[in-house]
Amino acid sequence: MAFYIARRLFWTAIVVAAVIAITFIVFYVLPAGDPAVRFAGKNPNAQELMLIRHRLGLDQAWYVQFGKFIKTFFAGDQYGWPGLGYTFAGQASVLHLIIQRAPRTLLLIAGAAVIWLVSGVSIGILSAVKRRTVIDRGAMGFALFGISAPVFWLGLMGLYIFWRKLGWSGGTGYISPTHSVTGFLSHMWLPWVALAMLYAAFYARMTRNNLLETLGEDYIRTARAKGLSERTVIFKHGLRASLTPIVTMFGLDIALLVGGAVITESVFNLQGLGYLAINGALSQDLPTVLGVVLLAAVCVAVANLVVDIVYAFIDPRVRYA
Amino acid sequence: MSEGEKLLDVRGLTVRFPTSDGVVQAVSDVTFSLSRGETLGVVGESGSGKSVSNLAIMGLLNRQRTMIAGEVEFLGRDLLTLPPNELRKIRGKDIAMVFQDPFACLHPMYRVGAQIAEAVSAHSHDGKDKAWERAVELLDHVGIPNAKSRARDYPHQFSGGMRQRAMIAMALVHNPSILICDEPTTALDVTVQAQIIELIEAVKQEFNIGVILVTHDLGVIAEVADSVMVMYAGRVMEYGPAAQIFDQPQHPYAWGLLDSMPSVERRLAALVPIEGSPPSLLAPPSGCPFHPRCRYRFEPCPTERPPLVAPVPEAHPDACHLPWDDKVKYGSERSITRLGDAA
Repeated sequence: MAFYIARRLFWTAIVVAAVIAITFIVFYVLPAGDPAVRFAGKNPNAQELMLIRHRLGLDQAWYVQFGKFIKTFFAGDQYGWPGLGYTFAGQASVLHLIIQRAPRTLLLIAGAAVIWLVSGVSIGILSAVKRRTVIDRGAMGFALFGISAPVFWLGLMGLYIFWRKLGWSGGTGYISPTHSVTGFLSHMWLPWVALAMLYAAFYARMTRNNLLETLGEDYIRTARAKGLSERTVIFKHGLRASLTPIVTMFGLDIALLVGGAVITESVFNLQGLGYLAINGALSQDLPTVLGVVLLAAVCVAVANLVVDIVYAFIDPRVRYA
Repeated sequence: MSEGEKLLDVRGLTVRFPTSDGVVQAVSDVTFSLSRGETLGVVGESGSGKSVSNLAIMGLLNRQRTMIAGEVEFLGRDLLTLPPNELRKIRGKDIAMVFQDPFACLHPMYRVGAQIAEAVSAHSHDGKDKAWERAVELLDHVGIPNAKSRARDYPHQFSGGMRQRAMIAMALVHNPSILICDEPTTALDVTVQAQIIELIEAVKQEFNIGVILVTHDLGVIAEVADSVMVMYAGRVMEYGPAAQIFDQPQHPYAWGLLDSMPSVERRLAALVPIEGSPPSLLAPPSGCPFHPRCRYRFEPCPTERPPLVAPVPEAHPDACHLPWDDKVKYGSERSITRLGDAA
């Protein structure tokens, strides 16, 4: 197992490095204009531009810059380890920016994940157990709605109804929980629900289908033949086998959201990592983009590893060597 | 608890499944009984209602989606009208079941010992350790070597035969009165089949229980069954003591089954298959369900359903219109051709 994890970590490093290299290439190959021009101010002359290029390191080939990036990453910069360099605009520490923005995104994901996991799985179980009843149809109707409704629409409708009309929500923007817990919750519950909706719908459908499939297995009949109660049959024997794919999905979904909750972040003006990445991309601020991309890639790779390890614990048939 | 005590009395058991294509008549009017110390062999082709009857007896069919009629009396109580919670107390305790595919019947994610221990705790208040001890004891009893350490294995670490042994151990935890074995050897290697059948026989003797053995292996039935029930299209075609059924079968379908059975004396070429295929249970044939495939059919067969009665007092019950003399005649001609083929 230890060897397996070490091998996986090695490949994780390779994948992340590849992602960073691709980001560099895309940045230079795509003709998006010269970043130096953007940062030079009005009517720069050629000499000024050269100076800026030199200062930002843009006068070197991409692979040289890539090497420098890797070197800084391991050596650290004045803001500590890992060194992520400085933004083109303002020369702020990217690491500092990420540390500042990350809690917003992570708290958004954490809250939403709890909501979608709990509601999705319980709706799925209820739906499977009450198959072909009004409850089942209602739950699957909800799931269809959740899957079809885009998050920007859900978010805006939610804001209109619960903030403007009913006043149940604190509205857009972010309030740190260290500043005010109630303020944090009143601002966060709506984005949590909006983001969780799509996933809850998916998880409900997946739980229902997996559970129904599992309940048709022969070992469920064996469990009933032992004289176990229906509750034990469904929750112990049925759920154990049907939740394994959901564990896999859950790990990856959370990881993908680290850089992928942009829409929710912008609808609710939370200014998290997604906001940082988008702004970085729009203003051609390579170091910012690289920082977020690196974090997102590491999260996905680590989540993959964690999922595989957890899987081995859930299902004894899976053993890694 | 004397030997011969009547354990199970099944009368007119009928099971129907409503589907979108119509009603499937899986089991129609099945009547039989089982006593302590008796092995009842149930034979018939796939889809003849063998398994469904047993699932109905165990109460393992979804009551909301099946129509079940008749009576299944177990020690004076009708299992079909028992509330689900009462039935659950009997299931796995007084009546236990061993299924066909031991590869699919054990939960892949729990240790074998834990699954057996769970069967112990389902009907007793013993602690976890005690239940586990009982599981190990039973695994040892059914012939699992190193039961103590093997109990900690997962099903995929067991061979097919060992899994079926584990299933039998699981069925025995509460010393049941009835053990229902639904094709217990079909999924196993031939060499292992004999061991499992021997184990079931040994268990029957030791615990003095009644065994219902469903199989399409007539050789197994001939070896261990005390009585035999031949089923076709959800109905009982012939029912009687095993010795009589094998020596002097009375129903053309039973003849067909026996003639299609390979044995040491009869080479494959000498096997006589039953022409045609079993009928659809959505629209079973009128009259005798076997008549479209029967070589001996005559006028009443397609229209009138033959009742399951003994044609003469000294014979056992069968469901066939043929007059007794014809049955004797065709039956004996049949055994002559069989001897001729063997020579």
